[in-house]
Amino acid sequence: MKLKGAQILIKMIKEEGVDTIFGYPGGAVIDIYDALDKTPDLRHILVRHEQGAVHAADAYSRAKGTVGVALVTSGPGATNTVTGIASAYMDSIPIVVFTGQVPTALIGNDAFQEVDIVGITRPCTKHNYLVKDITKLARTIKEAFHIARSGRPGPVLVDLPKDVMGAMTEFEEPGDIDLRSYKPTYNPNMKQLSRVVELIKEAKRPVIFSGGGVVLSKASGELVKLAKMMNSPVTASLMGLGTFPGSDPLWLGMLGMHGTYRANMSIGNCDLLIAVGVRFDDRVTGRKDKFASEAKIVQIDIDPTSIHKNVEANCPIVGDCKNTLELLNSMLESENPADVCGNPEERQAWLDQIAQWRATSPQRYEQKDDVIKPQYVIDRLHKLTDKNTIITTEVGQNQMWTAQYYLFDKPNHFITSGGLGVMGFGLPAAIGAKAACPDKLVVCVAGDGSIQMNSQELMTAIESNLPVKIVILNNRYLGMVRQWQELFYDKRYSYTNMERAPDFVKLAEAYGAIGMRTDKVNEVEEVLKKGLACEGTVIMEFIVEREECVYPMVPAGVAITEMLLV
Amino acid sequence: MSNQKHILSILVDNEPGVLSRIAGLFSGRGYNIESLSVAQTAENSFLSRITMVTVGDDHIIEQITKQLHKLINVITVNDLTDKKYVQRELMLIKVNAKPEQRAEILRIVDIFRCRVVDVGPEHYTIEMSGDDGKIEAFIDLLRPMGIIETARTGLIALPRDKKKSK
Ligand SMILES: Cc1ncc(C[n+]2csc(CCOP(=O)(O)OP(=O)(O)O)c2C)c(N)n1
Ligand SMILES: [Mg+2]
Repeated sequence: MKLKGAQILIKMIKEEGVDTIFGYPGGAVIDIYDALDKTPDLRHILVRHEQGAVHAADAYSRAKGTVGVALVTSGPGATNTVTGIASAYMDSIPIVVFTGQVPTALIGNDAFQEVDIVGITRPCTKHNYLVKDITKLARTIKEAFHIARSGRPGPVLVDLPKDVMGAMTEFEEPGDIDLRSYKPTYNPNMKQLSRVVELIKEAKRPVIFSGGGVVLSKASGELVKLAKMMNSPVTASLMGLGTFPGSDPLWLGMLGMHGTYRANMSIGNCDLLIAVGVRFDDRVTGRKDKFASEAKIVQIDIDPTSIHKNVEANCPIVGDCKNTLELLNSMLESENPADVCGNPEERQAWLDQIAQWRATSPQRYEQKDDVIKPQYVIDRLHKLTDKNTIITTEVGQNQMWTAQYYLFDKPNHFITSGGLGVMGFGLPAAIGAKAACPDKLVVCVAGDGSIQMNSQELMTAIESNLPVKIVILNNRYLGMVRQWQELFYDKRYSYTNMERAPDFVKLAEAYGAIGMRTDKVNEVEEVLKKGLACEGTVIMEFIVEREECVYPMVPAGVAITEMLLV
Repeated sequence: MSNQKHILSILVDNEPGVLSRIAGLFSGRGYNIESLSVAQTAENSFLSRITMVTVGDDHIIEQITKQLHKLINVITVNDLTDKKYVQRELMLIKVNAKPEQRAEILRIVDIFRCRVVDVGPEHYTIEMSGDDGKIEAFIDLLRPMGIIETARTGLIALPRDKKKSK
């Protein structure tokens, strides 16, 4: 069968089970768009900025647990994707980004809209390709999807010269992908695993620490089972929120710079730390030599470079989180259950100690009746929505309050730019999540600063009929930066004041969305209820306390047990 | 942990851009490249062997090795440092050779078993190979004559055992 390059591209994307892609056309991809026009069974969502396409593909991937796809033109279209790709790279999200490129004959000539996007994205992709030969097209695309989703997932970019897309060739099925230089280790070393069993049996004060790897390998069920068997408390990184139910008594809350007091104290005092799918980011560890300094550390991760990178593990295990936990659980099941969950008195003493930390320094805020506290809005949002709601965030205080006060019960329902922390992520991410899960309620929690970074995507939500709910916590500041200025720079609020802002209600209306606003404490619930119940896309703006800080907080470079409390 | 010199023998796909991925990894993560030599292998034209000399403590070398492995185009990474291996480097050195210096230079060339490959009215170009100790010693001996310029290939190495290095 003879096919055009563009048709091969679309055929291969569909064969990967992708039903929706996010993109923006241009000269170099006009052949692809011409072919897309004849492909009604592959939905294309037209974004309003290419960065939005990549964030949407990222969130689509996370909400659905599959690979997300973005398609953009050469030159400026390609460079506009870089921030989105870097964010997906930091968070290990499987996406494939297709960029148009000038015709092969012009590459290297500084042609119109030519940019070396393969060179530019080399350090922020898991891998990337320039396809110069149409006979290698199908195979390269298949490889790209394979690499994106397997092992430690990540973004892959495929650069497609215009002439390759326009050319015809006899289509050949590429067959199975077997890369001799790329063989991720899925199955753990069994000897190491039996060491973990022994460590668990010896532990008096265990903590399980769950990260984004648990979401990616869909290992949440196994993690919960392990915690129950061990009767062990569980904490998580920002990326791991939802892998253990926030409503469970064993839940410690988030760990790290803005983690709970009890989570951070537990790490400082535990004697066994089982870290699953985490990379010990500096926002989690604080001062590294004081991190879990009394504990034996077991680290389970599919990526060998994550091991011994930031924290020395006593018992490192390279393997897929799900496979490894499954095996570990079945080994523990053949042990005496009383050995696995520790000596009852010792374990109770540990849990009591944690309860005491919680009682003395709970995560807290005080809502008086004058000004709305941002935490209160998140608290109410949590109460008014069910656990199937997908929450995306922007970046800054709004993101941290969401992480703290919205108790997630399921993985894949909290979508945030964790590693890169990109302002402008939340709205396009909400649109991507809605495209993946049209039956779910999708809420974007935003700051007044961040929402302005990709607010053009309101048009995408409206045009593509992907209604999302946007909650703006408007403190008229770049709040998180202001917080650092307050605490560490003598309150010199240099260029963080955002009092001059658009009228967000009118902004919503300008795009054809619904806008609501309140600055009254007693209207918060009502606005949320009304806004969430609306059919379409809604902005709910809450004028909140201007100088509220996110607490607790661990100053940079300090041990995580040395927290600034409220 | 002390900094130590490591010789890494890296087998990669012989494709455009691979060297830049490796160089980018080193610059992006702040690792050192002391020397680097690359060429297609004779046993398989789809592969290239990179021999790299790098410096770091055990922790850094572990990360370097693992990060290299993680690159899709890297097939094997072999740290030769604690193994038995042979190493060579090739150098071309252009040195002043006035008539009164020539006999002395030729004596040194003879002792080091290397060759004069180009002769000018007032200079010699000498080809020499050896491990880095031998090359440094040779340079030191010629320095008084006045070294005009040198080109070195960087170290290459292979393990001594018969097995193909994986
Ligand atoms: C693209 C980008 N630029 C700058 C920053 C630095 N930054 C981090 S948080 C923040 C403030 C965000 O302000 P806002 O969206 O109003 O959220 P708030 O902290 O007030 O809730 C800034 C500027 C960033 N994370 N991303
Ligand atoms: Mg703000």
